[in-house]
Order: sequence, then structure tokens, then C-alpha cells
Amino acid sequence: MFYREAGDFKTSYASDNQTFPIKIDRRGYYVALAFAFCVVPFVINDYWANAIFLPFLIYSIAAIGLNILVGYCGQVSLGTGGFMAVGAYACYKLMTAFPEVNIFFHVILSGGITAFVCVLFGLPSLRIKGFYLAVATLAAQFFLVWLFNRVPWFYNYSASGQINAPERTVFSIPVTGPNTEAWATYLFCLVFLVLSALIARNMTRGMAGRKWMAIRDMDIAAEIIGVNPMKAKMTAFGASGFFIGISGALFFALYLGAVEVGEAFGINKSFLVLFMIIIGGLGSIFGSFAGAAFLVLLPVVLKVVGVDMLGWPTDIVAHLQLVIVGGLIVLFLILEPHGLAQLWRVTKQKLRLWPFPH
Amino acid sequence: MPEQLAFAMEVFLNGLMAGVLYALVALGFVLIYKASGIFNFAQGVMALFAAMTLVGIQNGQVPFAHLINAIFGTHVHTFGWNVPSVFALIFTVIVMILLAWAVQRFVFRHLVGQEPIILFMATIGLAYFLEGFADLMWNSEIKKLDFCMTANTCLPQGINLAIDEFTFNAFGYGFFIDNLDITATIVAGILVAALIAFSQYTKQGRAMRAVADDHQAALSVGISLNFIWVLVWSLAGFVALVAGIMWGAKSGVQFSLSLIALKALPVLMLGGFTSIPGAIVGGLIIGVGEKLFEFWVGPLVGGATENWFAYVLALLFLVFRPQGLFGEKIIERV
Repeated sequence: MFYREAGDFKTSYASDNQTFPIKIDRRGYYVALAFAFCVVPFVINDYWANAIFLPFLIYSIAAIGLNILVGYCGQVSLGTGGFMAVGAYACYKLMTAFPEVNIFFHVILSGGITAFVCVLFGLPSLRIKGFYLAVATLAAQFFLVWLFNRVPWFYNYSASGQINAPERTVFSIPVTGPNTEAWATYLFCLVFLVLSALIARNMTRGMAGRKWMAIRDMDIAAEIIGVNPMKAKMTAFGASGFFIGISGALFFALYLGAVEVGEAFGINKSFLVLFMIIIGGLGSIFGSFAGAAFLVLLPVVLKVVGVDMLGWPTDIVAHLQLVIVGGLIVLFLILEPHGLAQLWRVTKQKLRLWPFPH
Repeated sequence: MPEQLAFAMEVFLNGLMAGVLYALVALGFVLIYKASGIFNFAQGVMALFAAMTLVGIQNGQVPFAHLINAIFGTHVHTFGWNVPSVFALIFTVIVMILLAWAVQRFVFRHLVGQEPIILFMATIGLAYFLEGFADLMWNSEIKKLDFCMTANTCLPQGINLAIDEFTFNAFGYGFFIDNLDITATIVAGILVAALIAFSQYTKQGRAMRAVADDHQAALSVGISLNFIWVLVWSLAGFVALVAGIMWGAKSGVQFSLSLIALKALPVLMLGGFTSIPGAIVGGLIIGVGEKLFEFWVGPLVGGATENWFAYVLALLFLVFRPQGLFGEKIIERV
């Protein structure tokens, strides 16, 4: 009744191919964008920024990156934490080596560097497949974390072995360092997320994305119809690394500020991002957002309900959280392998006909 | 004999012992993978869960004590008794069998016929679930594991004095070999022999191998797939229990125990997912390799190379031989 496409005529290829072909979706998208850019920055405070918005924005970028690799190209990776660490350390080195350059470019450059490293560790994917590859990417995870821990050049020979983000400004407003305002960091991350999502969406529905999906569905068949598996896989690793690197850089510079690599970018981070895309939906940009939102909100909700309302000890709530997340992963894989994104699609399908069944 | 060589030999021996422990974990993976095609990432957490259950029963802890206390405001912690190790072991085996049944019934029965990678991700979810569940059940404190079959025969601790003395007389340098590692090696040997005997000479073992060979053919001659899968998960649970006891006695029962699963993965990749001898040879290669690498190269690059050496070795190896040392040749068809 409210959600319909009747009367929404498409008279050109462009309008037929747009991301949101239904008018009401399109309006919803613009409203959400306007809300995120024009309303949230004025009402946001430090708690909301640090507990919900920043992690959501940053993990969404990481999830988009991993979704390109796992969801679209079918190459399972457990090295996300390591690649995020590459982004973070690249950003740190660039920030300290070229303080006069705007941090905006540093973040993009760190994405590029991570893309390169990701392609390097993706090379074995030409020979090995499936969970052999998943285990092989663990090599990247452990090696990179070890490297950043043990080679002092990466943390500028600081005594603590930590890296600390120095203060950098955009339009003379500080976005990193100790004197930031919640709205500034929020807007900075939001810009990156919107750009990433736009690029990723258009890549995945273009030629590159279709090649990835062909490789995912059956690599030998894809090769026979003329998809170059090496190029397709390497571009997937590259694109994925680019977004993951950006998210790692933002995670370090804007969200944490100070990073100890084993703690911030350990194997658990890899699993967290993987869980986000499983719950959200493999092979869907919207799913990346949904999964990130879900897994960022879940601990917050559990903490509010368990610790603040019921007065349980925090360790029990933490264990309960593990049980719930693990159970949800299994449940989603059994009931809805395409995740929240598929639930959303089904809902939309139902809404189009509602209230009449046919 | 030059001193450097004696050191290297000691490192080599210790690597062998560590390799046996890796192989012990890897065995559990191979068992499940062969019979059901599931790559069970939760094997390490199963070892942790088994060890925690064993200690919990030994010490007479009340399961879910913390949760009960939090919900009902009570203060229960222990039953106030200590269970002898043997009975605790039997109870733990029963718990592991129940767990195997539950996993099969509630998770993998619904995922039959899915792609292997989906099953793999399901086991990651299962690992998280089990980890939280074990912590809720027995709380997450680090526990000490003392395992005694009778009052006097406990798992030995400390270094082996006989070997120390013997090598001191032979090379002028005493080797430090842990008693526990020697025991673990012997236990692992017995376990492997028992597993091979089971799969070769018993009816259920042969059924297990038939299922591993071909699900449909096995089904058509009247083998119950469900039963075999529960059996295999139980066996894997038992192997996990043994591994959990050995590792737990070595370094205490704590969360890091579940990380040994991650160490077992490169072992499997090296040895091939489908081969029991492969798991053992792979374990020994990784164990010796990482200890020697740390010994010779570690000091040059800042140490702690053990964290990644195994993976990088396995990665390089896979590039040249994707099916591992003893794995079946991968044949692909469109």
C-alpha cells in the first residue's frame, strides 16, 4: 500500500540501472543521508560517538572490504585484522613522516598500501582454494601482527611499542589527537564510509564485480567463458585491501588514538568482521552495514540490559555475549545463509503486495 | 661434540615433543574431516571445554554457578567434594559424547549438503558458542590441572633427570626434556595405535571408513550416517580431552588452550586434511621447524617467530603442493 512501484516508469537505461530503482527506496536513501550529515553531527556527544557511531562507521568500511573478497569473490580471508593493522601503521608512518600533508590523503594512501600488501598475500589464492586459503590467510594475520610488534621502525622506536596518533587537522579542525570533537571525527568517518560504499556498490555491479561473482560461483567455468582468474582474484584482493586499509587507518587514528597491535588487530578482529558479513549477508553492500550495526549494537545492548538493568557481573555478560554471537552465526547459517540483507529483501517483497496477498 | 650442535639437538628433541602435542590436536581435525567433510575449527575449544569440564568435576564445582548466583542472588560455588580423576574422566567422556550428539543434532544435521566453506564458518560460530558456554559453566579463571589415575601415579612434572644425566655423560651437556612431554608422546602413540586398530578391526570403525569413502554408498549398504557422525564427533571429543589434559597439565587450563587449534591448522595443511599419518608427520615437522627456526633465525629478527613460522611454512608449502604431503589429489570438474 505504502511501498509500491506502480507509476514509477523508467524511460532510460540509466534510470533502469540505478541502485535504488524504487522511488520510495531512493527517497529513504536521501533522507538517511541527509539525516546522517545534517542532523546527527549536531546532536552527537562523546559517548554516542565512541560507543556506537565511530565503530559502526569504521567496521562498515571493513565489512564492505571483506564482503568484496568473501561475499563477491568467494575467497575466504581470516587476515582482516592483519590488513587493518597495515592500514593503521601505514597511516601512522605517513602522519609522522609528512605532517604537512592533509590526513585525508594519508588515509587514502594507507588504503593503497594495504591493497598492495593484500594482493601480495592473495597470490597463493591462485593455487589454493576454500578453507586451505582461509588458513593460509592466517599466515598474513600472524606474520603482520608479529612484524609490527617486533620491528621498531614501524612504531618509530617508541619505548612502549605503541603508536599514538598526533594531532592533525582538516580545515583547521582537529580530527585526530586528544583535542577532537565528536562531530568532527564522526563526519570525517562518515565521508569515508559514504565514498567507500558508493565505490564498492558501483564496482560490484560493474564488470569487475560480475567477474568476481563468476569466480565465486565456479572458477573453472568462469575461466572457460573468458574471465581471467588471476586478474579477477587480484583485483578483488586489491579492492578489499583498499577498504580494509582505510578502515584500519580510521580505527587507529580517529577511534582509538593509541594502538598496541596485538590487542587492537588480533585474530579476534578478523573473526569479528567475518561474523559481520555472515550475519549481515554475504555478497551485499547493505548487508555489510546491517552486520556491522548488529555486532556493534549487540554488546552495547547486552551491557545495558545485563550490567546496568539486571546488575550482573561484567564477565558473565561477556561470556553470554560469546554464546549469543556464536549461536547467532550458526542460526543464520542454518536458517538464512544470506543474512540480514536477505531478510530485508523478503520483507520488501512482502511489503510490495501488502495488504493484498497477490 | 661442539656445544652449538648439542643445543640444536636439544631444541630438536623439544621440537619433536611439541610436534607430538600439535599432532594430537590435529588428529581430532582429521577424524571429523575424513568422515563428514567438516573442517572443525572448534577442535581447540573442544579441548578447552573438555579440560575445563574435567577440572570442574574434579573440584566439585557447581555448573553455571556464576549465572545461578547472578540470577537468583544465591552464593553457591562448589558441592564441597572432590571427585577422583578416574571418575571425573568418565563423566567428562560422557559429557563429550552428549556434546557430540548435540552438535550433530542441532547444527550439522541442518547443514548437510551445504558447501564446505559454510560448514567451516558454522564451526567458527560453534567455537565461539562453546567458548562462552564453557566460561559460563565453569567460570574463566585459570585452573590447575592435576590428573592422577591412582593416588600415586599422577601426570609427571618437571624435567627428566635420567635423560639429563645420560646426555651429560654422553655429550658433556645435559638435555632438558620435560617429563610431561615424554608422557604426552607415549599417550599420543597409544592413542594413534588405538584409533588405527579401531578403524581397521571393529565393525563401527569399518563403517566409519566406509562413510569417509562415500556417503551415498555407505548409506545404501545400511550404515546409519547419523550414528557414524555422532561417533566421529565423540571420538574427536575424546581426542580433544586427551589433548586438553596434556596441554592443561603443561600450562594450566585457560583460554589460550583454545588457541592450539590455530597451531594445528598449519600442521593439517602440511600433512593433508585426510591423512592420520600426515597429521603426525606434519606435527613433527612444524614442531621441529619452528623450534629450530626460533633457535637460529629468531635472535636475528627479534624473536617470537613461533607465532607465524608454522603458517608461513604451510603457506609456502601449499603453493607447491596444494593437497599437502599425504592428502588425496584434488580433482576438479566443471
